[in-house]
Amino acid sequence: MPLGPLPAAVPPSWYLTLSAILFALGVLGFLLRRNIITVFMSIELMLNAVNLSFVTFSYVLKRADGHIFSFFVMVVAAAEAAVGLAIILTVFKNRQTLEIDEVSSLKN
Amino acid sequence: MDALLFMIFAAIAVICGINLVVQTHPISSALSLVGVMGALAALYLLLGGEFIAAAQLVVYAGAIMVLFVFVIMLLNAGTEKKMTVRPLGKYLGAPFLLLFFGMIAYVIQKILPSSSPVVFGAFHGGTALEIGRSLFTVYLLPFEVTSVLILIAILGAIVLARKEVD
Repeated sequence: MPLGPLPAAVPPSWYLTLSAILFALGVLGFLLRRNIITVFMSIELMLNAVNLSFVTFSYVLKRADGHIFSFFVMVVAAAEAAVGLAIILTVFKNRQTLEIDEVSSLKN
Repeated sequence: MDALLFMIFAAIAVICGINLVVQTHPISSALSLVGVMGALAALYLLLGGEFIAAAQLVVYAGAIMVLFVFVIMLLNAGTEKKMTVRPLGKYLGAPFLLLFFGMIAYVIQKILPSSSPVVFGAFHGGTALEIGRSLFTVYLLPFEVTSVLILIAILGAIVLARKEVD
């Protein structure tokens, strides 16, 4: 990245870099956190990072398709949040815990 | 001005993203995620995505995050247990993460060399008119299938939340 005085406008690659960094942070949270809700929020962060990539490429290619894909990602994220939070509620009802390490019935 | 706005909102997004990962209480993480989403909405506006920016605020920061906060309140989720960090990870983790981010920036810079910079107002394809037109012509089938997906998600959420599963 060129250092020095800030240019008047940034190239699209900076937006893509930001998207990659946010995605990496999402992966980090997904792997490090032990609370199932925080893990779920990290997934949402990754989806948001991908959306930023879609919108940036839409700008680069001067087409609206990236926005449509981003819109569909939002819809799928909403559906996923509804079902995922219902699953978390059920798990909590049955086990009284939110730690992902405690929920290991499917292990072995 | 565009670069300054990008820098401000990118910094907000990254700081809130780091805060999401670092915080131990789920409510702090949820509020950080709202910050990330708000900053991203501003960046979408800079990229000419008016409709997507509005949808980001309404659907993500509004609806989905309210659902998250609601569940956190309902389950009365507290701070999670401190995880054990080995000294190697404690002292080398952050430098290696920065190195990794630097490598990402370098590779993306290499793949996409000096393309024309992002100027606010240079792209008008992101208005509700354009999005709606392609949503109801080219992407009509995926759009309709999405409604079935939402219906399935609603039914699944209701079934999961009311039944006792062993």
